Amino acid sequence: MGRYVIRRLLQAIPVLLGTTFLIFATVYALPGDPIAALGGDRLLDPLLVARMRETFHLNDPLLVQYWYYISGVVTGDLGTTFRGVPVASFFQHKIQVTFNLAITALVFEAILGVLLGLYAALRRGRWQDQAILAFTLLLVSVPTLVSGFILQLVLGVKLKLNTGIDFFPVAGIQDGWRSYLVPGLVLAGLSVAYLARLTRTSLMETLRADYVRTAVAKGMPRRRVLGRHVLRNSLIPVITYLGADLGNLMGGAVITETIFNLPGVGQQLFQSVYLRENAVVVGIVTVLVLVYIVANLIVDLLYAVLDPRIRYD
Amino acid sequence: MTNATVTQEPAKHAKRVKAKKPASLWSDAWYDLRRNKIFLIGSALVLILILMAAFPSLFSPIDATKAATCDLAQARKGITSEHWFGTDNLGCDTYSRVIYGARVSIIVGIATGVITAVIGGGLGLLAGFYGRWTDVVLSRLAEMFFAIPVILGALLILAMIGRDKAGAWFVVMALAILAWPMILRIMRASVISAKSQDYVTAARALGAGPGRIMIRHILPNAITPVIVTATLNLGVFIAAEAGLSFLGVGVQPPEISWGLMIGDARNRFLEAPEPLIFPAVFLSITVLAFVMLGDAVRDALDPKLR
Repeated sequence: MGRYVIRRLLQAIPVLLGTTFLIFATVYALPGDPIAALGGDRLLDPLLVARMRETFHLNDPLLVQYWYYISGVVTGDLGTTFRGVPVASFFQHKIQVTFNLAITALVFEAILGVLLGLYAALRRGRWQDQAILAFTLLLVSVPTLVSGFILQLVLGVKLKLNTGIDFFPVAGIQDGWRSYLVPGLVLAGLSVAYLARLTRTSLMETLRADYVRTAVAKGMPRRRVLGRHVLRNSLIPVITYLGADLGNLMGGAVITETIFNLPGVGQQLFQSVYLRENAVVVGIVTVLVLVYIVANLIVDLLYAVLDPRIRYD
Repeated sequence: MTNATVTQEPAKHAKRVKAKKPASLWSDAWYDLRRNKIFLIGSALVLILILMAAFPSLFSPIDATKAATCDLAQARKGITSEHWFGTDNLGCDTYSRVIYGARVSIIVGIATGVITAVIGGGLGLLAGFYGRWTDVVLSRLAEMFFAIPVILGALLILAMIGRDKAGAWFVVMALAILAWPMILRIMRASVISAKSQDYVTAARALGAGPGRIMIRHILPNAITPVIVTATLNLGVFIAAEAGLSFLGVGVQPPEISWGLMIGDARNRFLEAPEPLIFPAVFLSITVLAFVMLGDAVRDALDPKLR
């Protein structure tokens, strides 16, 4: 197990280096001069510009700049913005917002996806199963761009106007955890559908297994068969999917953040690209890639805990 | 190729004997598809959308690409007998704009799907077939691209190209750069399992070169999962294009895109919902059509996944 963890961590290093380099090179190639952009409409003192370019290594070739950056990252320093603010403290709050949003979505996904999949599998072939399958097809087809605006209108505006219920804030984060409910539901949409289908398929396979037939044959109550034999075994791929999805949800939140006006990393990245705050852009993507890699690693290790048949060595 | 397919699919073979007509995996899948309601509805919708993308003037009397058809005095007037889907902020007819907007979605969906399938499929074939360092290099390269979130990565690439130049084909390029690794993974796994089959050994013993083995023997037997994923991805790419255009980095005006229309209408959404609702409905129906097609193709080509 220990050796497996070390091997996986070592494998992650070239991926992380390569990905950050790709992002770094893209940002390097962005049009416009970042220092000139700092002055806005005014022209900056050439001496100041020269000094800034020197400080931020902007005159060096791409690879040298990347070397300065990555040696900083290794020691936990994500660099400073051109205005002199450390990048890490700059987007700490933004990461928190995106993380809250992704976790809310993940909770919705886990609850709705598993329940729908479970119910469909137990009612296999009947109309309830058909209805749930049709519903997942609908969920997959409605992009967040569409579902976001619909829920904003229905829950945020119509519900308030017609019934006076003002429980679902649909813009900003000033209402604490409630602010994340509707955006989280929107972000979860596609994943709920995938997870429901995955749970259904996985359960139906397990329901056909010999040990389940044995358990039923020896007179075990249905509830106990489901809980001890079926669920425990068929939820392994479901948990894997959930873990790996955290990274996807965080990286895919930008459209939801824009619709609901949540100040998360997606929005920040969007602004920073046009302000040419290179360190912020690369920093955000680096953090998201890290989350993705670590989430996948944890999931792989969870596998071994959940299914003792899998051995790593 | 037929022989190889049949040995892999004994169930299909039995069915074929019963039906008493020659069938490969493909004609068998086609037989299934023609009887699948989801496939028929999905492909009918897709055909209408392709027709709409190719000849928008067949569906709309107003040419939405001409600014002269817009009248500022008619802005946000709601649904009238003249403007079935209402008018937008600039007084342009939403119905004709929705019709003309199909082109970008269809181009981005299909072009990105084909390009990722060719690049990812080709590299996956090489990685799976040659193994060793070819596999190590290609797989690591794919992982580097795979770890980048698609929308954020595409946003960066499009920002690099610059808003003044960005158009539908740059969106295709940005999405393709980020999406090919998924196909590579699937193709690679599929090739590795096909490579160890007896018919490959037989072909090699008969003196077939690596090129011939790859193209004639492995490719036809390994490509089904790629076709399934590529079809299902079409809807994902269409939604991604709408999202990028909505954010303002994708297709730029005066080109017409549903995502762009949604973005334009969003600030006046409450007083004039039509210019947002109708492109949203068309976008959802288009994604639905491609997802239905993908689901049906998967069921026909890979009954195990059902």
